[in-house]
Amino acid sequence: MSALNINGIDLYYGDLQALWDVSMTVSEAEVVALIGSNGAGKSSLLKAIMGVLRPRKGAIAFNDLQLHTMPTDKIVEAGVCMIPEGRALFPRMSVLENLQMGAFVHRAREKREFTIEWVYEIFPVLRERKDQMAGSLSGGEQQMLAIAKGLMSRPKLILLDEMSSGLSPLLVKQIFQVVPEIQKQGISVLIVEQNIFMALKIADRGYVIENGRIVKENEAAALLKDSSIKEAYLGIA
Amino acid sequence: MIASMFELYLQVILYGVYIGSLYGLAAVGIALIFGVMDILQIAHGSIVMLGGYLCFWLFQLYRIDPLLSLPLVAAVFFIVGILLFKGIFAPVTKLSLDDKVKNSMLVAFGLILVLDNLTIMAFTGDIRTVSPWYQGTAFGFFGVRLPYVALIGLLLAAFLTISLNLFLKRTYIGKSIRATAQNAESAALSGVSVSRTYALAMAIATALGAIAGVLVLLYSGVDPAIGMDWTLKSLLITILAGTGNIGGVFVCGLFFGILEGLGSIFIGPYKEVIGLTLFLGVLLWKPEGLFSKGT
Repeated sequence: MSALNINGIDLYYGDLQALWDVSMTVSEAEVVALIGSNGAGKSSLLKAIMGVLRPRKGAIAFNDLQLHTMPTDKIVEAGVCMIPEGRALFPRMSVLENLQMGAFVHRAREKREFTIEWVYEIFPVLRERKDQMAGSLSGGEQQMLAIAKGLMSRPKLILLDEMSSGLSPLLVKQIFQVVPEIQKQGISVLIVEQNIFMALKIADRGYVIENGRIVKENEAAALLKDSSIKEAYLGIA
Repeated sequence: MIASMFELYLQVILYGVYIGSLYGLAAVGIALIFGVMDILQIAHGSIVMLGGYLCFWLFQLYRIDPLLSLPLVAAVFFIVGILLFKGIFAPVTKLSLDDKVKNSMLVAFGLILVLDNLTIMAFTGDIRTVSPWYQGTAFGFFGVRLPYVALIGLLLAAFLTISLNLFLKRTYIGKSIRATAQNAESAALSGVSVSRTYALAMAIATALGAIAGVLVLLYSGVDPAIGMDWTLKSLLITILAGTGNIGGVFVCGLFFGILEGLGSIFIGPYKEVIGLTLFLGVLLWKPEGLFSKGT
C-alpha cells in the first residue's frame, strides 16, 4: 500500500499552469526521487503536498487523509514534513530552539527528548553547536540542522527539496548519507533534486518531470541506465 | 540651593522614568505587531485611548477601581485584538512585504478615523479622569515625591514587559511567535498555524495597549484626541530601539521619558525637539536601531 497517493493534479500560479495531470505514489519506507530541470515543477509539487499551494484538480492522499483539503499545520501534524530549499531556519534562534520548533506539533512534542537524541546521533555536530545561533552556522551545518529540524516532527513522510544546492561535493555526499538512515526508521522519503546522479543512487524509484508533466517513471537503477536521461541530465552521450 | 537643584533633577528624572514606562509599554505593542507580521498598527494609540475609556466608564458607572478592572480591560482588548486581526489585518498579511507595510498603514489610518470620531460622537471631546482613593497620595524620599499611582504604573509596565519577554523566550507558544517573525514559511512547515500566531500576537499587543491606556487614565486622564500622540511616540521609540527586542523598546521608552523631562527644564515648551533630534541622529548614525538584534 502506498503512503502518499497523488492523483491527477493540476496546479496554477494565477493563470499560469505549473502542473498538468501529475500522479505519483510513495510507499511506506520507500525512497522516491523526483528529477527534472529548473522550473519543471518539482518544488510546486512539494508545495502542493504541504498545502502551501492548492491544486485546482485532482487529489493528494496520505494514507486515508485528503491532504489537499487540509491546512499546512494539520498536514505536519499528520506526519508529512518538508525541508524547503534554502534551509529555511530561524536564524536568530539557537540550534536547540530550532530543533524544539521542529517538534512543535503535539504528536512530536511529547517525544522530543527522545527524538533529539536520535538526531544528535545522526548529526553529532549539532550537539556541539546546540547553543549557537542557527544563522551563524556554516552552509553544511545549516542544511544538517534543516533536516534535523524536519526529523524532530517525527514524520512518516519527509520531502527533501534540493538538499544539495549550494554545498560542496563532499558535503553533498555526507548529507545524502542520511537518507538511508531515515529510511531505516520506516520513514518514506521524496527527494527533489537537480543532482540527479546522487538522487537516483540512493532512491528506490524515480519520476522524471518535464514542463509540469511526469514523463517517465521507473526503478531508480533503470533510470540511471536510461540513455535519454543520461543525455538530458547527466551530460553523458 | 545645590541640594534643591539636585532634588529638581531627581524629581524630573523620576517622573521621566514613570512617563517613559508608559511610552515604553505602548511602544512594545506596536513593536510586537511590526516585528512579528510587518504590519504598522498606527491605530495603536487609539487602542490606548479606548482602553482608558473602558476603564473610565467601569469606574464611573460601576465604581470599579481602575486597578481591579485592569484585568477585565486587558481581557476585553485581547479579544478586540483577535477581531482586529481577523476582520481587518488578516488579508493585509498575505501581501508582499512592501505592500504589507504600506497597506497596513492605510488600513490602520482608516481605523484611527473611525475609532477617534466614534469616540467623540459617543463620549464627547471632554477629558475624562478618575479619582480612586489613592489618587493624589504620594510618598517622599530624598526630598522628592512620587505619587503611588506613578509607582504602580512604573512597576506594572516593567513587570508586563519582562513577562512578555520571558513568554517569548521560554514558552513553546512564545517561541512559535518568534519563529513566525523570523521565517513565516518555515514556521508553517514546522506545524505552526501562522494566522493563529499572528492573531495571538495582535491580541497580546492590543491588550498591552489597553493596559497602557488604563495607566494613562490614571496619569493624565483620556480624551478622544490622545491616540495620535501615543502612536507617534510609540513609533519613534520603536524605530529608535529597532524591532525584535522587546526589552530594548521598553528601555528606549524610559530614555525618551527622561529626556523629555530634562528637556522641559532646559528648553521648556520645545521639549519635543529633543526626542526628534535624537530620532534624526539615530536614523543617520544607526538606522537599524539602538537595540536591534532580531526577535
